[in-house]
Amino acid sequence: MGKEQEFKQKILIADDSEMNRSILADMLESEYEIIEAENGVQAVAAIQEYGVELSLVLLDIVMPEMDGFGVLEVMNRCHWIDEIPVIMISSESGSFHVERAYQLGITDYISRPFDALIVHRRVVNTLVLYAKQKKLAALVMEQIDEKEKQSSLMIDILSHIVEFRNGESGLHVLHIRILTELLLKHLVQITDRYQFTREQISMISTASALHDIGKISIPGEILNKPGRLTKEEFEIMKTHTSIGAEMLEKLSFHQEEPLVKEAYAICRWHHERYDGKGYPDGIKGDDIPISAQIVALADVYDALTSERVYKKAFPHEEAIRMICNGECGTFNPLILKCLEDMADTLRDSLNSGEAGQTNEKELQDILEEKLNPGEASASERTLQLLEHERMKYSFYASMSEEIQFEYMVSPSMLTLSAWGAEKLKLPEVVMDPIRDSRVTAIIKAEDIEKLGEIIRNSSPKDPVIRYDCMAMIGGEHRWIRIVVQAMWSSDGEGTYTGVIGKAVDIHESRLRLEALEEMASHDILTKLLNIDYAGRQICRCLTEETGGRYMLMLIDIDDIKTANDSRGRLFGDQVLVHAAEVLRQNKGDNDIVARVSGDEFLFFTRCDGDEETTAGRLISALEGDYQGFKVSACVGTAVGEGGKTDYGRLFQEADKALMEAKQRGPGQHRTSGTC
Amino acid sequence: MSLKECYKSLEGDYEDVLGRLRSERLVQKFVLKFLNDGSYDLLCRSLESEDYAEAFRAAHTIKGVCQNLSFTRLYVSSNQLTEALRSGWSQEAAGLVEQVKQDYEQTVAAIRELQKETGA
Repeated sequence: MGKEQEFKQKILIADDSEMNRSILADMLESEYEIIEAENGVQAVAAIQEYGVELSLVLLDIVMPEMDGFGVLEVMNRCHWIDEIPVIMISSESGSFHVERAYQLGITDYISRPFDALIVHRRVVNTLVLYAKQKKLAALVMEQIDEKEKQSSLMIDILSHIVEFRNGESGLHVLHIRILTELLLKHLVQITDRYQFTREQISMISTASALHDIGKISIPGEILNKPGRLTKEEFEIMKTHTSIGAEMLEKLSFHQEEPLVKEAYAICRWHHERYDGKGYPDGIKGDDIPISAQIVALADVYDALTSERVYKKAFPHEEAIRMICNGECGTFNPLILKCLEDMADTLRDSLNSGEAGQTNEKELQDILEEKLNPGEASASERTLQLLEHERMKYSFYASMSEEIQFEYMVSPSMLTLSAWGAEKLKLPEVVMDPIRDSRVTAIIKAEDIEKLGEIIRNSSPKDPVIRYDCMAMIGGEHRWIRIVVQAMWSSDGEGTYTGVIGKAVDIHESRLRLEALEEMASHDILTKLLNIDYAGRQICRCLTEETGGRYMLMLIDIDDIKTANDSRGRLFGDQVLVHAAEVLRQNKGDNDIVARVSGDEFLFFTRCDGDEETTAGRLISALEGDYQGFKVSACVGTAVGEGGKTDYGRLFQEADKALMEAKQRGPGQHRTSGTC
Repeated sequence: MSLKECYKSLEGDYEDVLGRLRSERLVQKFVLKFLNDGSYDLLCRSLESEDYAEAFRAAHTIKGVCQNLSFTRLYVSSNQLTEALRSGWSQEAAGLVEQVKQDYEQTVAAIRELQKETGA
C-alpha cells in the first residue's frame, strides 16, 4: 500500500436516478470515495454499515421504498445526524420541503438544476467545517484530559511523600483512589440519592489521595511504631484527621475550589463511623459527607488487605467478611452493598497491578504526543480500527458460507451477508422483514414470531439463543438452526436493540436424527412399531381419551414353526412380513399396529361394534396362501375403557384369551370381554 | 449532428447546461446516458398498472434529470405531469402523459442522431 492509497473521505449519494448519481459522482470521485444508494432503505443500510466513516451524505427527497425525509428521521432517531452532515439535493423547491429538511437537521439544501462548481464548493465547505469542529472537539477533550492527568500526578507525588514517611510503598494512595472511584460509580448506579457527574466522581477520587496528609505532623516514632499504640499515642495519631483538614483550611488560595472542599471533608471525616463512634467529631449517619464515608470504607479495606508493621495482610474474602460483619465499625448499608456488589471487580482492579502501570502508560502517551504532533488523534485511530474491523468482518462473512444477518429493531431492518442474501434470493437489506412476504415465504411467520418472543425474553446475561425450524431454501424445505445473540443498548438502560446471528443448514443431521428415532420406535423386520413404543402410545390413548371403548387384539400366526423347519428361517420371516403387510392394510388412521415378538402381533383399535366381528374380519384377512404355505392366525381380545382400564391389565387379559384360542386350534378367536 | 445542434433539436438550453456542468465532455456523456435511463419505462409501466404513486416518482425523476441536463421542453411537460400526479390520477394527467410521451420521443430521436454522429 503506497502513499497514493491514502485515506479518502467517503461520501454517500442517495438518489433513485442513476443519471443524477453519476453526475454527482463524476464531480466528486477524484477527491472522495463515493458510495451510492438508489433508495432510502439502501441509504439507511449504508449509513448503518459505514457509520461515522461517512463524511457526508448527499440526499434526494423523492425516492422509492423510503424517501429522503424518512432517511433523515432514522438519522435523527439513531443520532447519526449529530455526526454525519447531510446536504439535500432536490428539485422540490417548495419552502415547506426546504423548511422540513432543515428542521430534520440537514446542513445545506441545493436545488436542481445545480451548478457543478457550487455543489463542489458546498461539499468542500461542509466537510471542512465538520472536520474543524471534530478536530476542535478532540483537541479540547485531549487538553482537559491532560490537565486532569497533570493535577492528579501532582497530588499523587505529594501524597506519596506522606506515605514515604509512613514507610509504605505508596500503593495505598493509589488503591484508595481506585476503590473510591469504583465504589462511587457503583453507588450512583444503585441509588438516586446521590447524584454525581463523571467529573465529580473523578474529582472526589483525586481528592481522596489527600486523606492522610495530616500524618505529616505525627511524630515518626508513633507513625512507625511496630507494636500497639498506647492510649496517649493513639490520641496523637487521631489528630492527623483534623490537622489534615486544618492544613487545607489554611491554604491562602483555592479555598473555593471544589477539589479543596472535598479534600477537606475527606481529611477530617474519613475516620468517622455511621453510628457516630468514629473520630474526631463523632458525627453520624448522613451528617458525614458521602465522599468521606466512601474513603473511610476504602481505607479500612486497603488497611486490612495490606501488610503493615503491626499486622499481616488478610485475604480479600476475609476482609470483605470482616467489614460486612461490622468488625471494623459501622458503615452506611448502601456503601456496604456497593462493596459486596463490587467485591470481585475491586480485587481484580487492585491485583492486576494495572492501576500502577496506567500512570506510566499515560505518561508515555503524553510524551509521544509531544514528540509526534502529526500522529493521528485518538478519534482518527478509532476510525481506522473500525474500518479494519469492518474489512475483517466482511472477509470472514464471505468465507464462511453461512447465512449471517443482523436485525435492528428501530427502524425494523434486516441486513444479510452477501453470501446469505444470494443463498436466500433476498436483497441484502429488507425493511420490516417480519411483514415482508419474501421473508415469510422462507420462514413461516409463526416461527419468526416465536423466535422474536424468545429473544425478547432473553437477558443480557444469557443472550445466545438457538432455534430450529424449517425454511424454504432454493425451492426445498430444509431444516435450519438459527443462532442469534440479542443486542442491548449500552446506555445503562439496556434496551433491546436487535440481534446478530447466523442460520446453519442442519437438514442432513436432522434427518439422521429422525431416522434414528424411527429405528428406535420400529421393528426392523416388519417395519411395524415395536412393542415398547406401541405400549407407550396405547397408554397415552387410554389416559387421554376418557370414556372411549378400545379393543386390544393379540394375533398369533399359526404354525410358523412348520414354515421355519420345512422351508428355512428366511421363509418364516417372509411369512411374518407378509402378515404384517396384511395388518397394515387393515389398519385405520387411529389404530396402532405393532410386532410384539416372534410370530405375535398387536392390533389396538376403537371398539365400535362387537369385538367378535372385528376380530373375525382380521382373521379372514390373514387367512390365505403365501407361496404354498397356508397362513392362518389365532386372535385373543380384551376390551378396555379410556380413563379406567390399565394397559398392563388389558394386555394380560388379551394374552389369556389368545392362549385359550390357540388351544382350540388354528384360526380361532377368544375374548376376555371388558376388563 | 453536434451536441449544440442536438440541444436545438430537442429544444433544450445548451448554454445553460454548459454553464452549470462546465465541460462539453461531461454534458455529452450524460446526454448519451439519458438513452439508458429507466425512468421513462418505469413511468409507462406504472401507468399501465395504475400505480400512480410509482408513476409520480418516475415522472419526478425524469423531471430531475431533465433539469440537470437542461432539456427544457421535456422538463416543462414532465414537471406539469409530476405536479398533476402528486394528487393522483386525473383527466389533466392523462393529457399530460401524452405530451410527455411526445416530448420524450422527440428528445430521444435527437440524442440518437447525436449518437450516430459520435459513433458511440
